[in-house]
Amino acid sequence: MSSNQTDVVFFDENGLRTDQRKPDEIRPMKIKIGVLSRANGSCYLEWGANKVIAAVYGPREAHPRRMQLANKAVIRYRYNMQSFSVEDRARPGPSRRSSEISKVSREAFEPVLFAEDYPKAAIDIFVEVLQADAGTRTAAINAASLALVDAGIPMRGLVSACAAGKVGGKIVLDLNKPEDNYGEADLPIAMTEDGKITLIQMDGHLTPSEFEEAMELVQKGCRQVLEIQKAALLEKFASVMDDDEEEIIVEEEIEDDAEADVEISVESEDADEADFDEDDIDAFVAEVSERLAKDVSAIIRNYEAEKCETDIDLADGLFEDEDLDIVIIEDDEMDADDLKEIEAFVSDMADDDEESDDDDDDSDDDEETDIFVIDAEDSDEEESDEEFDDDEEEE
Amino acid sequence: MAHEVLSALKRDFIHNLIVEGKRADGRDFREMRDISVKTNVIAKAEGSAYVKYGETKILVGIKLQKGTPFPDSPGEGIIMTGMELNPLASPDFEAGPPREEAIEMSRIVDRGIRESHSIDLKKLCIREGELVWMVFVDISVINDAGNIVDASCLASIAALLTTTVPADEANGFDSIPLPMQNIPVGVTVVSIDNTLILDPISDEENVCGTKLTIITENDGAISGMQKSGAEPLLPETVLEMVKLAGEKGAELRERYLSNLSIRG
Repeated sequence: MSSNQTDVVFFDENGLRTDQRKPDEIRPMKIKIGVLSRANGSCYLEWGANKVIAAVYGPREAHPRRMQLANKAVIRYRYNMQSFSVEDRARPGPSRRSSEISKVSREAFEPVLFAEDYPKAAIDIFVEVLQADAGTRTAAINAASLALVDAGIPMRGLVSACAAGKVGGKIVLDLNKPEDNYGEADLPIAMTEDGKITLIQMDGHLTPSEFEEAMELVQKGCRQVLEIQKAALLEKFASVMDDDEEEIIVEEEIEDDAEADVEISVESEDADEADFDEDDIDAFVAEVSERLAKDVSAIIRNYEAEKCETDIDLADGLFEDEDLDIVIIEDDEMDADDLKEIEAFVSDMADDDEESDDDDDDSDDDEETDIFVIDAEDSDEEESDEEFDDDEEEE
Repeated sequence: MAHEVLSALKRDFIHNLIVEGKRADGRDFREMRDISVKTNVIAKAEGSAYVKYGETKILVGIKLQKGTPFPDSPGEGIIMTGMELNPLASPDFEAGPPREEAIEMSRIVDRGIRESHSIDLKKLCIREGELVWMVFVDISVINDAGNIVDASCLASIAALLTTTVPADEANGFDSIPLPMQNIPVGVTVVSIDNTLILDPISDEENVCGTKLTIITENDGAISGMQKSGAEPLLPETVLEMVKLAGEKGAELRERYLSNLSIRG
């Protein structure tokens, strides 16, 4: 942290921060997935006043060839700041700071990617910071994580990043610009869905007990981010998943009942329920969900096709300076009920950040998001033992 | 970009369509894609614009810094134009220092701004011979779906038109809108099978042998031109292209930029 100015006031009389947030509250986040037509996957993300855009290319042939690895894909991550993204114009091109961030961010993703499945290939992750306002590396990682999903690249789970810090002697979540400039410590981390830390950096001054408190808080922040990421994925891909489910059910129906009409829909299946006894239905549902879970690659292919058809417009709402919130971007393909369901899900999540697992009314949603969580159990390879904090951050 | 490998099949497809009088995206030969211009999109920049030509997306940010003037023009501000072909914008772009095509394109845009005297550089002088404003035009290609030169020209001018020069109290310089006195517009014409088409998409750019970018001013005068590509052009084709670009340029200026120029 660059300087300690005693005249900076971080909290008002109600204990709220300069931007009216509570100490454990993250800034509003706005996400749009699939914004670039040339990239295999892309994501635009606003977090407070940060604006970042991520694109993923690959797996594709690694070029130049000397970069190829014989046994696995090379993962490349480029964090870059636009020259106009900051107050004083930044020199275009890589700096020492951006090189370091690129390195640790790449390492944040290595544990969740199946690099060993793509020898001699490259998975390229590019993140451009269009507007910077403290916390760009974490915003970049969150966007990159979703761009990877959009590219249909299998992952062990999502990566979510958030920072905690110390300002005015108090531990707070997700530092804003004045807090970052004049605060006493900054602790950005990235975490997998199963709670493994894949990036950790820290600069400033924290006592061991403060560090513990900050770690506690920052993990909570990451979990909040994860829920927002999942909601964004659900909002983007829910309609595709629905279509898929219907198709598979139709197939099952035909196999089960040779006399069935070809035009059986999900609704008519409900009407036929009386013909099955309950065990049959349970078995049937179990079988279908198992098939759904197994057939991840088919689903990915399907939503890639869907992506091409949907007209995703970068300008629509992208740079609007309206009050930021988790924004549902309307999708013509979705019907009103879907939309309501998702809205309810998202607003639930946005409202109570404490209570992140509301299992009561959205079991369907959970089932669908879980499909993105590919083999979360398999992720116990020990990459997370690597030391990410060997470099001090330079400003 | 012309580097992309294009299969013979696709090449034939584009050619055959043109011969039939059609284009891959159903446009007329002289029809532009849908264009949208959004200004003031980056709060940290003194001016900014986000322009779309169909799926092509360009973001331009203007930053102003104080600096010493060049010895040969002590009383004038300085323009610097840079273009970055972000690797996220196309599978063909690579990270690294700007390659010749990026340098060429940014110089085309720069020429349009400079040669049309679109900025009144004398008004950017703070203390003659010592301190002037330097105007940095940074062009960032977000998605390359063809014709990034035209989109960059339009985005740069839109951003400049909405730029505010900050005050410098110490030297008695008040904040002013960037003094703009001309609105250059760049239009690229390509020739495929002797048919002139405007606003080429990536595949058409790959098929065409050569591109001609023509920048025209408010009064229709030409302030910059660049032929890019190896195929030769006949003099009469060049004249026809210039006429076409002038007409389209006037149309684009009227439709997308004139409403921004009120402050100039």
